[in-house]
Amino acid sequence: MKFKSWIGAGLAAAFASTAALAEITIGISIAATGPQASLGVHYKNAFELMPKTIAGEPVKFIVLDNASDATNAARNGRKLVTEDKVDVLMGSNGVPATMALAQVANESKTPLVTLSPATLSPENFNWVFIVPQPTELMMDAVAKDVKKRNLKTLGYIGFSDGWGDLVYKATESHAAAGGYRLVTNERYARNDTSVVGQVLKIIAANPDGVIVGGSGTGGALPQIALRERGYKGPIYHNHGTVNAEFIKVGGKLAEGAIAPTGPVVVADELPAGYATKALGAEFMKRYEAKFNLGRNAFAAYSYDAVLLVEAAAREALKKARPGTAEFRAAMRDALENVKNVVGTHAVYSMSPTNHNGMDERARVLVEVRDGQWRLMK
Amino acid sequence: MTFDIALWLGQDGVTNGAIYALLALALLLVFTVTRVIFVPQGEFISYAALSLALLQAGRMPGTVYVLVIGGLVAALFDGVIAVRAGAWRRLPRIVLVYLVLPLLMAAITWWAVPQKLALGWQVLIVLGLVVPLGPILYRVAYQPLASASVLVLFIVSMAAHYVLTGLGLVFFGGEGLRAPPFSDFQLKLGVLTISAQSMLVVAATLVIMVLLWLLFGRSIYGKALRATAINRTGARLVGIPTGLSGSLSFTLAAFIGAVSGVLIAPITTIYYDTGFLIGLKGFVGAILGGMGSYPLAALGALSLGLLESFSSFWASAYKEVIVFTIIIPVLVWRSLTSHHAVEDEEE
Amino acid sequence: MRPKPAFAAFLSFMAVAPLLVPEFHVTLLNYIGLATLVTLGLVVLTGVVGLISFGQQAFVGLAAYTTAVMTTVWGISPWVTLPVALLFTLVAAMILGAIILRLSGHYLALTTIAWAIAAYYLFGKFELLGQYNGIANLPALSIFGWKLDTGAKSYYLIWVVTTAALVAAHNLLDSRSGRAIRALRFRGVMAESFGVNTAALKYLLFIYAALLAGISGWLYAHFLRLVSPGAFGVNAGIDYLFMAVIGGATQVWGAVLGATILTLLKEWLQDLLPKLFGQTGNYEIVVFGLLVLVLLHRARNGLLPVLARFLPPGPPLRIASDAAPLARRSPPAPGATLLEVRAAQKRFGGLLAVDRLSFEQKSGEILGLIGPNGAGKSTMFNLVTGVLRCDGGEILFRGERIEHLPSRDIARLGICRTFQHVNLIGNMTVLENAAIGAHLRGKQGTLAAMLRLERDEDARLLAEAAMQLKRVGLGAHLASPAGSLALGQQRVVEIARALCADPLLLLLDEPAAGLRYAEKAALADLLRKLRDEGMTILLVEHDMDFVMGLVDRLVVMDFGAKLAQGIPAEIQADAKVLQAYLGGVA
Repeated sequence: MKFKSWIGAGLAAAFASTAALAEITIGISIAATGPQASLGVHYKNAFELMPKTIAGEPVKFIVLDNASDATNAARNGRKLVTEDKVDVLMGSNGVPATMALAQVANESKTPLVTLSPATLSPENFNWVFIVPQPTELMMDAVAKDVKKRNLKTLGYIGFSDGWGDLVYKATESHAAAGGYRLVTNERYARNDTSVVGQVLKIIAANPDGVIVGGSGTGGALPQIALRERGYKGPIYHNHGTVNAEFIKVGGKLAEGAIAPTGPVVVADELPAGYATKALGAEFMKRYEAKFNLGRNAFAAYSYDAVLLVEAAAREALKKARPGTAEFRAAMRDALENVKNVVGTHAVYSMSPTNHNGMDERARVLVEVRDGQWRLMK
Repeated sequence: MTFDIALWLGQDGVTNGAIYALLALALLLVFTVTRVIFVPQGEFISYAALSLALLQAGRMPGTVYVLVIGGLVAALFDGVIAVRAGAWRRLPRIVLVYLVLPLLMAAITWWAVPQKLALGWQVLIVLGLVVPLGPILYRVAYQPLASASVLVLFIVSMAAHYVLTGLGLVFFGGEGLRAPPFSDFQLKLGVLTISAQSMLVVAATLVIMVLLWLLFGRSIYGKALRATAINRTGARLVGIPTGLSGSLSFTLAAFIGAVSGVLIAPITTIYYDTGFLIGLKGFVGAILGGMGSYPLAALGALSLGLLESFSSFWASAYKEVIVFTIIIPVLVWRSLTSHHAVEDEEE
Repeated sequence: MRPKPAFAAFLSFMAVAPLLVPEFHVTLLNYIGLATLVTLGLVVLTGVVGLISFGQQAFVGLAAYTTAVMTTVWGISPWVTLPVALLFTLVAAMILGAIILRLSGHYLALTTIAWAIAAYYLFGKFELLGQYNGIANLPALSIFGWKLDTGAKSYYLIWVVTTAALVAAHNLLDSRSGRAIRALRFRGVMAESFGVNTAALKYLLFIYAALLAGISGWLYAHFLRLVSPGAFGVNAGIDYLFMAVIGGATQVWGAVLGATILTLLKEWLQDLLPKLFGQTGNYEIVVFGLLVLVLLHRARNGLLPVLARFLPPGPPLRIASDAAPLARRSPPAPGATLLEVRAAQKRFGGLLAVDRLSFEQKSGEILGLIGPNGAGKSTMFNLVTGVLRCDGGEILFRGERIEHLPSRDIARLGICRTFQHVNLIGNMTVLENAAIGAHLRGKQGTLAAMLRLERDEDARLLAEAAMQLKRVGLGAHLASPAGSLALGQQRVVEIARALCADPLLLLLDEPAAGLRYAEKAALADLLRKLRDEGMTILLVEHDMDFVMGLVDRLVVMDFGAKLAQGIPAEIQADAKVLQAYLGGVA
């Protein structure tokens, strides 16, 4: 008996050492501090719920903080690539930081799975795969609702940063199809003490509805200000605003706010047979149980990113060992060709021309009802 | 721009200006006594506001940990110095101020959290948590460098700001919070609807401004405090306890900050990093006022608030550019027209 | 002061670093080099001259965006965009400098914050600049076809430039211009009285700091190959100030030290803390702040002075004994009227400090200006030397009116002075302090100083200063910091400094105050010798024994007006004078 356990231990040790060589390393650069910290914490927390092995190999996650700054993200990226020799890069939760990582990915020939939407230049396209829904896809859901309600004019108020620009452009891109036009382009800073001037300008333009391009509790400021000034029309937000704190800060005045989001946030209410329902509901339950931070879409992006890497790793491991340039190239090829990977947000099917791989099932419209984000009927 | 809109913008400008003025007054206070550009004043505000919001939600505010640990460090500093000097009689006071008081506040807070006390009591608890942070911060960060140059003291302020902001993120999270207003009463004046809370903010600003102006302009204590900044050695030679004046000014500033925080919390969303930006605007206000007079500092902050309000209406996408570009000629004008003594100190 | 072995060690390490050090650390060294360039400008501008600037990163951004747009949108070669980027930076610095250098203290600092914030938001607004995402995929630099596309290749370019800038800055501060620069912060009036155009010099240094930042911006753009507004916000400006203060804000090499410490500390904390605290919470910034606090408590002047104690001391002061003496002015004919004050007036509010005072001084005589305290003697000095403007009357020197001239033009005409409150630069050596007096006798400017082309001239200036210091009896103290001398000795240094300017008229403001008996006798001997050599001296003094035995004539002032004038014997017997001084004849 004892002899057998010695042999067992020896074999296990032998396996362990070879297994260590086969470890998949994923490097993540996230904004856990700075202006994007409110969403960043969810992205980061998700990495504590990840599996310990991917496609049969142990996996190591290295999470670095870029403090919401693109230069730091580039530095994180370089460090992960040269020092830690990661097989896959992931990040970040702010668009400028993500684009910085995309450049590092391209230069170092390491695949990047992004956690925020990004507009990519042709040079960087090959190595970058985008998990979150493109902003156009999200705002398309809003545009369809606007058309349904027959709203002709929309006011816009958004963050005075890249996100505010992105949501504005996405909303504008659907103007023709949605039958509306944007009459204001007001901006504010997340930290502003009031948005009275901007809101007065919007109300003076008397639009049928308002689109808010903020995120997190920052989206609550215009919501509250518009309602306090007596604006009665529908107020649409974007998928960056869908979290529990928005409702807490907005209070009663947040009721009725509408936003597009990934289906994972309302997984329980999805119709049976919805492809992502089971996985989404299970992940949300685990997240809420461990962190008690309420439902949000962001942690699920991290989870989906890892699921994609797993699907790709199964193919790539057939061609090369982790830690080599061949493996990284194989991962890239595999990521480009994943088909029907069921995640929490969407069913991903990528192709050489489509590095996002989602369709309309990847988004739903939710509204604040009785103090919670609920699937819109 | 109709007249109504101008009125609303004016009201908004006055409310925001009052918030900035509260900061300007405290910043001026600390600067005239200690020559410190007190960047962490904004943290007193955000700590107070966020602590109140957390108490309201029935959760323990992390301010308690900052207070207790800060007190411990301050006690160590002072204690070691007292023991080395053989001044055993100082120890009871050190223990009382830096250890007993924070622990007492921690115990009270721990008891109070599940009790869901009335707003008034919770405000008092928040004051009790934030005000002692002032002298503790002074003792731990500034007192050893009290005679350093303004630039070094500024870097100390920034370092303290990083520490407090980083701890704020850990304890209060990245999202913003609001607290419920003291009263839902609203005054209707023509087209204007003025909430009780914003009236309280403006009233507090005026009261604090007048009190500070009286203290520093008219009383001997104020003059003694100012003397400390102008010539520290000379002040000590005439018997002014310079360490105490630094501590006192920080306590006053913390009090103003805590009061500002609980008053502002219902009006706007406060984040763990709100303090820096409103502190900067308060600083602009104080400098527009010439860094010498409390009423002028409040006036400077008020003008900044109004400028911001109207810029938000005219061109909100360029609001910051407009505000910060317009203040440059104003600063040039103020610099050329003000006659003040050269405060730059000798090497 | 840079000991040669330490610098040689630094150079050798930096030369081989990319071969020894892992790849990511080479990237870090590049970041450090880029930051050093900007911080160097801050050290000179803020540390030495005392103008606190929070806005250097706006210049970095301006240059970076210029090259980013030109290379990506129009495909222009980066080497062509370099002069264009620097030109934009130069123009911006000239405009901003003209505005802010009139401002004092806080107004200046706040204006730098204001333009930095405005610049940040402007960078993020325009489509051409890529708005908040910035501009990506900039081309790498290539030198004769060799592409600098990795960190290691960019390293050499970045560090050659940075080292050159550091050496140039060191040379600048160690020259005739450097002495003038070091006087700007607290001794501007004194510098003006020896011919330094302080306003122009500050303007020049502001532009210099901006250009350093611009070079850093251009290098940054082509090293990182990504330009976004986030790198040029207020936080960046504060980081540069941190680096300057931590390294040693008044020392050129403090810039490298501060940049290194800040960059490495942040990286090291990011590696270490998750191992200690796990992934929950982000304590890097908290620990960083605490460490900076501890560091400042221990070393409020930065770390460089602390480290310098471990380095061998610098070379001893060497005075070139073969330096050719400087040219001297031809003295005026003895007995000619040199200085003429006609009904000079000066008011301070309601107080008439100088009340239609008139007197004359002839060449080659020692004239004493005496009177009770508050009589207006120092004010009169200030009027003659241009520190204050006359409210009425005229002052003529060699027949030309000078009452409207600024101090530095009056210095050029040959009038020099010492000050009632000692105006030496405490942490500069006695020799260098005295050499400031010879400022107008040199011609080489800041550029020559940086390139070390003025060594001969500087040697001559220092030799002159050494000669004058020996003449006044302080030859043993040449290398001591001026602040370490006794007050009386400091006053004598001031006299040596004034002599370095080869003056025709020497104004001495209470030169004997604080001297002991023997020292006063020596001073009196010196002044008599100077007079015998043809110098004209105007003297304010309180020590009657000293004055009566020394001067040729006296002018007595009381309440701003002339009470009496004449030879000492006459004055001692004058009833009005006795009334004013003693309150009546005994």
